[in-house]
Amino acid sequence: MAQIKSNAASVEFRKVSKFYGKSTVAAVKDVSLLIEAGKLVTLLGPSGCGKTTTLRMIAGLEFATQGQILIGGEDVTRLPATDRDVSMVFQSYALFPHMSVRDNVEYGLKFSGFNKQDTREKAQAGLDLVGLSDYGERLPSQLSGGQQQRVAVARALVLEPQVLLFDEPLSNLDAKLRRHVREEIREIQQQLALTVVYVTHDQEEALAVSDRIIVMNNAVVAQDGTPRDLYDQPANAFVADFIGEANILPCEVVGVDANTATVKLGPITLRVPSAHSAVGTAKLAVRPNRIQVAASGTPDTLPGRLAKSVYVGSHLELVVETELGNVFVVTPDVDAVVAPGQDVGLGFAGRGPVLIRD
Amino acid sequence: MRHSSQAQATLYSTVVLWMTVGLLGYAVLPWYGLDSNFFTLSWLFDGYPFNSDVAPALFLNLQGEKLWLAPIGFLLLIPLALWRRRKIDPAFGSVLLAVGALGFSYLLLQGFGIGLRGWNWSFAASLFGDLDGRQFGMGWGALLVAGAFLFLFTLGCAARGAVGGDEFVAGSIGFIIAVVGIFIFMPIIQMLLSAFVTQDGVYSAGAFASKLFSERIWGIACVTGGPRCGVAWNSLFLAILVGVVTTALGLVFALVATRTGFRYGAVLRALTVLPIITPPFVIGLAIILLFGLSGAVTQLLDSALGIPASRWVYGLPGLLIAQVLAFTPIAFLVMIGVVEGISPSMEEAAQTLRASRWQTFRTVSLPLMRPGLANAFLLGFIESMADFGNPLVLGGNFDVLSTEIFFAIVGAQYDQAQAAILALVLLAFTLGAFYAQRFWLGKKSYTTVSGKGDAGVHPHLPPTLRNIVFAVAALWTLFTLFIYVTIFYASFVKLWGVDFSLTFDHYVKSFAIGWNEFGLHWSGAAWSSFWTTIEIALISAPLTAAIGLLTAYLLVRQNFAGKEPFEFGTMLSFAIPGTVIGVSYVVAFNVPPIELTGTGIILVLSFVFRNMPVGVRAGVASMSQIDRSLDESSLTLGANSWQTFRKIILPLLKPAILAALVYSFVRAMTAISAIIFLVSARYDMSTSYIVGRVENNEYGIAIAYSAVLIFVMLVVIGVMQLIVGSRRIGRRGLGGDLAQSRTNVSRMAGAQSQPTISGGG
Repeated sequence: MAQIKSNAASVEFRKVSKFYGKSTVAAVKDVSLLIEAGKLVTLLGPSGCGKTTTLRMIAGLEFATQGQILIGGEDVTRLPATDRDVSMVFQSYALFPHMSVRDNVEYGLKFSGFNKQDTREKAQAGLDLVGLSDYGERLPSQLSGGQQQRVAVARALVLEPQVLLFDEPLSNLDAKLRRHVREEIREIQQQLALTVVYVTHDQEEALAVSDRIIVMNNAVVAQDGTPRDLYDQPANAFVADFIGEANILPCEVVGVDANTATVKLGPITLRVPSAHSAVGTAKLAVRPNRIQVAASGTPDTLPGRLAKSVYVGSHLELVVETELGNVFVVTPDVDAVVAPGQDVGLGFAGRGPVLIRD
Repeated sequence: MRHSSQAQATLYSTVVLWMTVGLLGYAVLPWYGLDSNFFTLSWLFDGYPFNSDVAPALFLNLQGEKLWLAPIGFLLLIPLALWRRRKIDPAFGSVLLAVGALGFSYLLLQGFGIGLRGWNWSFAASLFGDLDGRQFGMGWGALLVAGAFLFLFTLGCAARGAVGGDEFVAGSIGFIIAVVGIFIFMPIIQMLLSAFVTQDGVYSAGAFASKLFSERIWGIACVTGGPRCGVAWNSLFLAILVGVVTTALGLVFALVATRTGFRYGAVLRALTVLPIITPPFVIGLAIILLFGLSGAVTQLLDSALGIPASRWVYGLPGLLIAQVLAFTPIAFLVMIGVVEGISPSMEEAAQTLRASRWQTFRTVSLPLMRPGLANAFLLGFIESMADFGNPLVLGGNFDVLSTEIFFAIVGAQYDQAQAAILALVLLAFTLGAFYAQRFWLGKKSYTTVSGKGDAGVHPHLPPTLRNIVFAVAALWTLFTLFIYVTIFYASFVKLWGVDFSLTFDHYVKSFAIGWNEFGLHWSGAAWSSFWTTIEIALISAPLTAAIGLLTAYLLVRQNFAGKEPFEFGTMLSFAIPGTVIGVSYVVAFNVPPIELTGTGIILVLSFVFRNMPVGVRAGVASMSQIDRSLDESSLTLGANSWQTFRKIILPLLKPAILAALVYSFVRAMTAISAIIFLVSARYDMSTSYIVGRVENNEYGIAIAYSAVLIFVMLVVIGVMQLIVGSRRIGRRGLGGDLAQSRTNVSRMAGAQSQPTISGGG
């Protein structure tokens, strides 16, 4: 019985830029990155940030204007999609509507020099892997969205590509199914140790599936790190705000030592981890759920007045007016009695606030 | 990498292919055109390979003849230098580029330079001395060599990284550019040059200017009380009138079909088939039968009301009626697309903002239709300008450009330069309109339906307006039906206007079938031209569809430098009136290097390049409906672009292919304007045969023959509708998004390609 194996290889971008047509605005600007073999790396960002262009350059569907692209250590910058050992799962799945599910899955194998029997066995193995063993004779249009999605994955997997690409694979599925399919994708990726590059604009999806996330904004990499890094240590205001939500507050760094910085935030003084900050004005990012609401006048709290309180079931969402501007707070204590107009104090735990660059 | 692991071939396989083709053309096939049909292989027995009439270039050179062909053989061997070189090697591309470009331009240069009487250019003669050799039109050998050089060149381009290094795409682009250049641009340019040549055969800008600005073309005597105006003004005036009237009628019909709850919209759409299957002059004939001097209506009015018969219908009024009848369906097809394309939510929004139905129509619907109206006007304008059949039978003393060109060529004066100048004026008008349509209107479309989930219903027209459009539409429909009934009835009448008794004589005379000692005998007078027409149409239809769809694929799916001029060039022939193509082909292909007049090939070529925009539009419309990610996923799965084209795009395009095939077939059967210059005794076509009968006043046969043609094409279109229709039902079972987009394929293709279909002119 044929098995689907992995030929996972790394992907490397060296100072890659992409300009479309005669446009002088870069779609991707001077991007360098390294995606290790066997890892699932997500390209995350708002629409138009260049993430899909980056993905298509890995696939060979677009060519870099400048720079170098390497897959498995080999320079593929000028190699067209046909000749690259990369498969892609499209947002629309792009199943060929005039071919059965089996023909779809066998399509790529037929161009890869397999004989009839190997082709058949590999395709069956692919269908088995995604749990569609008995659906080979159907037409794509006779399958549900989730099943079509899995056929698209099987079709890409059976080629045992060096890199498997996903372009917003879940955006055409309903919310419940999304969670399920993304877990399946992650499972297959880990089981076969595939190199997967995954594009999405949904930060929750990215946090859930990735080994590493590359956040892009305005054609450049905004930050590159593990999900936890990005969430807990956003490098800049954009990342802090894009991944989860964050209050960006003005502050002043008054002292820096080896690992911590002393920061004046309005009337209170905090000690926060310092990576590369210098004395002077700065910005502090604080997650809404890392802020404690205390009674007015509690020491070391930022005084404020409650402007809004919204009950959303699992937690309360509060907006507090302070001298530094409105602060958004999420508190799990749904039973706390808080009424708009009430004076409160906001406390910041040691691990919560992060100094960021502007 | 997936493919690089294959054993390194000693010589790149595509290079081997084109070298072989080229050497085959140089060393094996007859270099020059043959008198007999190549495929009968009779040339093999005419002293091949040594007889210089049928010899390949190699044997000519070995015998010391036509030595200027020898460099071609050497050039074809140069790619051997690429032995063991890989495609990514820069030298690989450069060598092929050089060989291809040198070879192709040398081929053209010697072809144009050395003609029937030695040097064509006097400077060449003075430079190289006189030449004993002379040469004839190129044949199969030359064709293969030209192809080989062309594709070696495009392979070189691809190897140097053009269009992403894709050989198939590069080759296709090169091929389309070459054939469009040779069969559209080159004839037009040669015609342009011939406009400067006087009757004595010398170039003269003065003669050109005096002819171009002559009273005959631009005179305005009719305004100041003289007998007639210049033909240019006549054409322009008629075209503007036709454009305005057809646009108005088209809008009326589109409104009836979409905004009145009219339930028989399918009938209206069926009526739009009529101009497609009707040879253009048939409407003119019917008008004569009704309103001519001995027309049925004229006689009726004379006997009943005492209105004396007159020739009023010959000229502007008759032409206007005939052309409006012929071209209104085209305007309807454009307008229905525009009217349906306005998002219902715009109109619904207006209504929720307290606009009444009438106010909504006036302030929202109508302004949104404005670009569509202009578009329909320009189409009607171009069609009227290009129309040749109706002015020929109905024009009377009202001369227009298209017929004037014809008479300059076939008339007593045989003035090729005069024809060329008239053709230039006509071309300037139609190209102006075409340019306006593409570049001015192209950016102004308000079509707001994106194709996805825009629910809502178009509001109905206010009652008064509805009644008006109903009345106009009903009158026009009745009139059209009346015309067609007249044609059908007249084909059985003994002698129209004199003896109205019924007879089968005309059919017997044209389409009798008898038996003789050889078996079935097509004894009717029309059979010869009928079968020729069918043959030529059957040959040209697949070629038209293939070249059109390939062009559409390049336009929709590929990005390359110069794509916009490429698109403009391929769509240009739509705006070139048939008479202009006819004249330019006569000018260009009467002498070497490409000598085609009098053959069937020239008819096929004229159809292929006249009808190419039909295939392109059908292909563009349906290919835009196929999600691009389908191609891309095929590419990422390891198929190359040719495999993707064949396995993914072509199967999904089947309805569009069928439509393109049938429409180019039908257009080839109904066209008259270009081919009337190109037919020969051996290759006569139905339409020119019919026009010949009209000129001999044999109306009975002409009408009977036309009725048969209309019937044949009705059957062809009907069969196609059946096939395409059943396909559509078959697909409905598929459901889902993709099936949805595929259902759109044939419908969109039909709607968008049809505007270009009529106007065989």
